[in-house]
Amino acid sequence: MAKKNKGPIRETSKLNKILIYIPLILLAIVIIVPVFWVFMASIKENVEFYRNPWSLPNGFHWQNFVDAWQTADMGSYMLNSVIVTALALVILIVVALPAAYVLSRFEFKSRAFWNVLFMAGLFINVNYIVVPIFLMLSQGDTLLRKTIGTPFFLNNLFILAVVYAATALPFTIYLLSGYFKTLAKDYEEAAYVDGAGPLRTMVQIIIPMARPSIITVILFNFLSFWNEYIISMTLLTKPELKTLPVGLMNLMAAQKSAVQYGQMYAGLVIVMLPTLILYMCVQKHLTEGMTVGGLKG
Amino acid sequence: MRRNKGRGRFIFFCVAPAVILFVIFMIVPTVDVFRMSLYKWGGYTAEKKFVGLKNFQTLLQSEKFIRSFQNQILLIVVVTVVTFALALIFAAILTKEKIRGQNFFRIIFYIPNILSVVIISAIFSAIYDPNQGLLNSILAIFRGERDPILWLGSQKIVIYSIVIAMIWQAIGYYMVMYMASMANVPESLYESANLEGAGKIKQFFLITLPLIWTNIRTTLTFFVISTINMSFLFVKAMTNGGPDSASNVFLSYMYQEAYTNSSYGYGMAIGSVVFLFSFGLSAVLNAVTKREDIEF
Repeated sequence: MAKKNKGPIRETSKLNKILIYIPLILLAIVIIVPVFWVFMASIKENVEFYRNPWSLPNGFHWQNFVDAWQTADMGSYMLNSVIVTALALVILIVVALPAAYVLSRFEFKSRAFWNVLFMAGLFINVNYIVVPIFLMLSQGDTLLRKTIGTPFFLNNLFILAVVYAATALPFTIYLLSGYFKTLAKDYEEAAYVDGAGPLRTMVQIIIPMARPSIITVILFNFLSFWNEYIISMTLLTKPELKTLPVGLMNLMAAQKSAVQYGQMYAGLVIVMLPTLILYMCVQKHLTEGMTVGGLKG
Repeated sequence: MRRNKGRGRFIFFCVAPAVILFVIFMIVPTVDVFRMSLYKWGGYTAEKKFVGLKNFQTLLQSEKFIRSFQNQILLIVVVTVVTFALALIFAAILTKEKIRGQNFFRIIFYIPNILSVVIISAIFSAIYDPNQGLLNSILAIFRGERDPILWLGSQKIVIYSIVIAMIWQAIGYYMVMYMASMANVPESLYESANLEGAGKIKQFFLITLPLIWTNIRTTLTFFVISTINMSFLFVKAMTNGGPDSASNVFLSYMYQEAYTNSSYGYGMAIGSVVFLFSFGLSAVLNAVTKREDIEF
């Protein structure tokens, strides 16, 4: 990213150069050390937590992970998280791709209206409206209880996934439209000449071209779905349906009374390891993808 | 003719699912926030009583609401100013200086942004723990082990402890954002500035800042909305509003009223204020920061 400076030789003394590294290294330490500390704490035995927090672990106490996975149910929470995140991503992509394509490349009457409406959606944060969403679903359940006899909307992983997908639509459509707008009209015209209808043109020509943008969308939304906990906590009240972050919050609360430090830090590692591994694999795509949305400097 | 009909149908089936989901789960709930704020409603009972603006009257007299309002303003101002200043400085260092390990720093600084706020809250709870915490154990070297500082337990300090956690989380994201736009500024501008003998700090204020101003404006507008939301996430996971409501912010107070106290109407009055406040502030910021766009 840094471009070579071809101007006259600068009078940057060595001292200056060193001074520049100090804030960089400091910030790096401030970020790495706490994260690393959690990894260390996750293999400590409970008694070790009463000593100096900076001391290294005595050994690898893997039991913490077994406890977290089984006793604290992080295993089943993990499964719930995987199901919700995967479902939400599938729904989101299936719904958002065609919408973004049509809204950005087709001329029709109400197009401007929908575009403005989805743009406005960018300013609505999910947590502003979590209470009405909850009430809407709970009223739906009351109605169902009276008519069919079984509630459906609350405590349902699928509904949570739908809510995730729906509330991610404005950002996703914005990002994908930004990409579709850059494509030349020639693609559709050529496809039309070859006799392909709009559906085939979209599926076989446009979507494959948009792959990098689709990957960006999946990455960002994966992180936000995987890490989300306010909606999950509100819409899923049954203990066996909790997602990972909510389960972790329970562990944190339990830790205060039962003093299960090791188990809690193992839980932390279980939640953040998937995101960290994913990040290490795709960090370039992720940090470059941020600017795809058209935020030109 | 047939082509047109097929085309219309195609447009409809592509847009309809998105519109339906969006309207049901975003537009309707948003309208509901404002509508419900005019009712007195306990929640599970069907009894809803129209009370007009009475919820808002109660709100403005509530000490707890005023407290959460003050906290929210403090958080928005401090977190925004510090995060933006640091993000800009670090972005400028990483793009304009020849730094070894530029990539390494970028990767590390972005890490907090991929972690769940629950994780960050747990990490900072460990840092702030009064007895076995990382922070107090460092401070003990300088000030001894007597009366440890209650980072999350003191009414006065707690909000600043949350500020620090939020800045820790946000710097990397905005830094990466600004690095991308700074890389777009033509190098020739800096070269001529060098020839004229302008120092680096001067170059930063006279070239870099004006040229990425559009980007700063956009991020600033969204940052306000995101800070209101993020502060809720942090407060919920770290302190749950405590001690004694000292760290409540807009949304955590709303959530508390709506669920713990089951007064949905009142909760939604808070929600309406949050909406109006964040839009108002965004609009004001947008107007205040308006400059002539510079093309390059």
